[in-house]
Amino acid sequence: MADPTDQALLTPVPDDDGAPFWEYTARHELRVQACAAPDCGELRFPPRPCCPHCRSFDSTWRRMSGRGRIWSYVVPHPPLLPAYAAQAPYNAIVVELAEAPRIRLVGNLVSSADARLDSVDPDRIRIGARVQAVFTETGGVRVPRWVLERP
Amino acid sequence: MTGLKDATAIVGIGQTAFAKQLPESEKTLACRAIIAALDDAGIAPSEVDAFASYTMEETDEVEVAKSIGAGDVTYFSKAGYGGGGSCATVAHLASAIATGQATVGVAWRSRKRGSGPRPWKNTAVQLPTPAQWTRPFGLLRPADEIGMLARRYMHEYGATRDHLFNVALACRNRANQNPAAIMYERPLTREMYMSSRWISEPLCLFDNCLETDGALACVVVSAERARDCRQKPVYVHAAAQGLPAQHHGMVNYWNDDPLTGPAWTAARHLWKHSDVTPEDVDVAQIYDAFTPLIPLSLEGYGFCGRGEGASFTEGGALEIGGRLPINTGGGGLSEAYVHGFNLINEGVKQLRGVGTAQVPDARTCLVTAGEGVPTSALLLTS
Ligand SMILES: [Zn+2]
Repeated sequence: MADPTDQALLTPVPDDDGAPFWEYTARHELRVQACAAPDCGELRFPPRPCCPHCRSFDSTWRRMSGRGRIWSYVVPHPPLLPAYAAQAPYNAIVVELAEAPRIRLVGNLVSSADARLDSVDPDRIRIGARVQAVFTETGGVRVPRWVLERP
Repeated sequence: MTGLKDATAIVGIGQTAFAKQLPESEKTLACRAIIAALDDAGIAPSEVDAFASYTMEETDEVEVAKSIGAGDVTYFSKAGYGGGGSCATVAHLASAIATGQATVGVAWRSRKRGSGPRPWKNTAVQLPTPAQWTRPFGLLRPADEIGMLARRYMHEYGATRDHLFNVALACRNRANQNPAAIMYERPLTREMYMSSRWISEPLCLFDNCLETDGALACVVVSAERARDCRQKPVYVHAAAQGLPAQHHGMVNYWNDDPLTGPAWTAARHLWKHSDVTPEDVDVAQIYDAFTPLIPLSLEGYGFCGRGEGASFTEGGALEIGGRLPINTGGGGLSEAYVHGFNLINEGVKQLRGVGTAQVPDARTCLVTAGEGVPTSALLLTS
């Protein structure tokens, strides 16, 4: 875990339910928790102990294509934590997944996996734009980022 | 079932000065506001037997009760979710008094957000779920989270920055009439708004509430007792809390329908237990930590249809003399941001007829708490 007072970006602090998501991203896989009850199979996010549709406590992690669309975005400006201020103004986006539009992930649109958070001109960000997940390491944790399908 | 309807009343209100920086501690400010409210009601502090505040309040009831010289306390409560709990404090006291658990209740909020640290800077403790899904990606502050909803709202309904300006302007115009407001004698123009610095695009400086030091309190008693108090009673006609199915706090992006927030849930309960409808509301105090919360709340509380909240703000609708005057003391955007407690006290002032921007003959006032988080609301009548 990064010390939030230093110059590093914040890294995810998983809880028991969320830990598998980060274990899969470490393997460059984007997976979403799904109910494992045979007649249900509903996806849910964020991860949690039981299925709100059928109350089953059995779950599995279903692999996603990594394709999605931008649902919304913001461009934060300082005052911000130092590591973020150093890359501001940057974008934060919400992506709805292609195969499950009601599963929405917060992320960043970047020009390539390891590029800075401000590597895409905000004028080029559009709601509805198609994006693809890529993975980068920050503070020892691999996190998903997003690139435009048609840059 | 009549439940809470008009069973209790707010009979006293008190507040400290509002400023970017006040020298006194939060505890001192809380005591000053509470004693002022009791004095306004004409009730001795030794008669107080119930306390209610919200979570994120640093002054606890043990310290406050001791300091003001309260009697034996038989009810105390803290409503959750920061600004979402403002109206719930009064609702909890009303419930306690209506069911005989207490007789004189005090609700309060004391904050040093102007000179103290900003809570979003303390991100380390917030990082486990659900912040693990947002903070690492630079969604750090409430303004970033609400900005995300605002952008989507603008995209879906054609809302513009001019609509958000209408909200900021209405609040500022009322603050310009209120000598206690931080933004008293500081007019806002469209030019100032459009050229101000960004906080989190699409939200600019004037879309954000004021960081404030200050405290407020109010006193709740039974309707029967209220008749003998110093001030004209302001009745708690209806009260509600709202935590919608599958809600996720500020980052409601994981809800099936993120643009229908807790206001919708609270509103359904509120109107069901009221003798009046949105058309009967004379004045509203709508939680305005950020300008986009106003169109979202106007829709949620039924003043217009879904997607019509932005256009509702056109033509001076939110100004005095307009279709629905809002935040008549200046609100969180321009009077003070004390987690919405000033909206409760301003509702009382309007129904007493003593507002600094008084709506003529106001008889019914809606007060709401933080939208975007589990929320609460009050319908006050005179
Ligand atoms: Zn299930």
